[in-house]
Amino acid sequence: MSRRHHRNKRSPLASAAIHATLIAASFIAIFPIAWVALTSLKTGNGQWAHPGDFSHLNFGNYSKVLNDTDFLTWFGNSILVSVLTMALAVFIAATCGYAVSRMRFPGYRATMWLLLIVQMFPIAVLIVPLYNLMSKLHLVNSYAGLVLVYLTTAVPYCAWMLKGYFDTIPIEIDEAGKVDGLNPFGTFWRLVLPLARPGLAVVAFYSFLTAWAEVAFANTFMQGSDKYTLAVGLRTFVSQYKGEWGLMTASSVLIAIPAAVMFLLVQRNLVAGLTSGSAKG
Amino acid sequence: MRALRGIRGSFDKYWYGWAMAAPVVIVMLVLVGYPFFWGVYLSTTNADESNIGRDIGVNHIAPTYKSVGLHNYWDILSGNDGHFYSTLSWTLIWTFVNVFFHIAIGLGLAILLNRKIRFRAGYRLMLILPWAIPGFVAAFAWRLLYNDNGVFNAVLKFFGMHGVQWLSQPTSAKIAVIAVNVWMGVPFMMVSFLGGLQTIPSELYEAAEMDGASPWQRFRMVTLPGLRPVMMTVTLLGVIWTFNKFDVIFLVTEGGPAGSTDILVTHAYQVAFQNIRQYAEAASYGVVILSMLIVFATVYRRSQAKLEVQA
Repeated sequence: MSRRHHRNKRSPLASAAIHATLIAASFIAIFPIAWVALTSLKTGNGQWAHPGDFSHLNFGNYSKVLNDTDFLTWFGNSILVSVLTMALAVFIAATCGYAVSRMRFPGYRATMWLLLIVQMFPIAVLIVPLYNLMSKLHLVNSYAGLVLVYLTTAVPYCAWMLKGYFDTIPIEIDEAGKVDGLNPFGTFWRLVLPLARPGLAVVAFYSFLTAWAEVAFANTFMQGSDKYTLAVGLRTFVSQYKGEWGLMTASSVLIAIPAAVMFLLVQRNLVAGLTSGSAKG
Repeated sequence: MRALRGIRGSFDKYWYGWAMAAPVVIVMLVLVGYPFFWGVYLSTTNADESNIGRDIGVNHIAPTYKSVGLHNYWDILSGNDGHFYSTLSWTLIWTFVNVFFHIAIGLGLAILLNRKIRFRAGYRLMLILPWAIPGFVAAFAWRLLYNDNGVFNAVLKFFGMHGVQWLSQPTSAKIAVIAVNVWMGVPFMMVSFLGGLQTIPSELYEAAEMDGASPWQRFRMVTLPGLRPVMMTVTLLGVIWTFNKFDVIFLVTEGGPAGSTDILVTHAYQVAFQNIRQYAEAASYGVVILSMLIVFATVYRRSQAKLEVQA
């Protein structure tokens, strides 16, 4: 009974239990990542297969990945495809998001509905017909084809989220623009877009990551090692026939560090947009 | 004349909106709409790799597949293809177990993190890390742990037990892929619930405490109702995402051993792109998957709306 004075007062036992739970959960969250980082430092053939042996720690795997494999090519391909996807997706999603946020036009409801329904589409419905379509257009095994495909996954969410963001920008800004003689494009470009920078940063990041981490399409569409993205290329390190876990872990670390840093910088905004955006629908 | 002016008037009035929405609408129609209808059409044919038609150099080989009506759907739904019902039941188990653990663990951790405790920011950062790692990197990391010479088996052997071939037996492989996906999905749920918890006014808790409510009663009467909007959104998203979760299964087990961990999307993918490419059958699988998701989303929204009216 006495425990119920105030929520901030807690018995030492309860505190210890909370900390113990959180420490255990944090350990589970971190362990696989830490283990990969540790294994990446174990140089030498098959050294990864001795989990308890930490005698040969150095950066040998890293220099091997960078010098003797196509890792840098794949990295470049991934960057190229992701940046193109990001730039195109943000641009067209922003104009569309603004249109559905501010203007009521015939087809408005249909557009909103389209954005929602496309977010639900499973790749399996589309991967075969898209593959046929792309091979008809000779876009299989090309960066352009992959970027176009990624737009279908990135754009609906980005437009949806940016609409939510534009909704929070006061309409008086638009009216002021109108009074100053700007047409809607001008208002959008000069007044609203600069104010929407945080929202734009989040969708830019989201669309970048969509392309960066995609597996199924990249695996189907890209057919030569010179065109592989990271998600496809990494698979070649460990297959039925070989297990180059040293190379695999070293490249995992090289990929994960920039991704994790960027992620941690924007994640608060990402969640807010994700849940508020779809809750309104 | 007036009608013409009317049309021109509406064009003048609306063309900004149309112009700005057009790029997205065109991209969606060309890259989603067209393939979708093409896929539905393919699903009524017997198209496969041998008869789809292609260009070899300058020679164009015309497609020779023909319509078979609803044969593919009959083949799938009657169980004649030998995969559908086993894959479906595993997909449903996979989805339910994953979403259940995502929500239960995510909610539990969010409630713990929502208290005033020391090192809160540090815990939060560590617990969110699995989300920050690209999915394919995480999948490979877990494959290393599950390896026959990996750390899990090393621990088992240290305690004098036999190692387990985690990914080579159906049951252990299923547990393994679920563990990977739970690990990857919890941070999103945790952060969403944390956001939801912060919107519940603390006066409600104080009032409940005054009325003598136990912690469990406060959780049931204040926390859960306050989290309803978030809960509804993340459940819907979680089910749709998990149902279609391609990369974990594909990268960790490739659906193996012998297809036992294949969910519907990865199975459809294997049908389409492995051995002889059965385009028509894969397209039919796609349509079946999409129909199930649409039914689920509609029923779920309806039932939630009904609950809201009652509340």
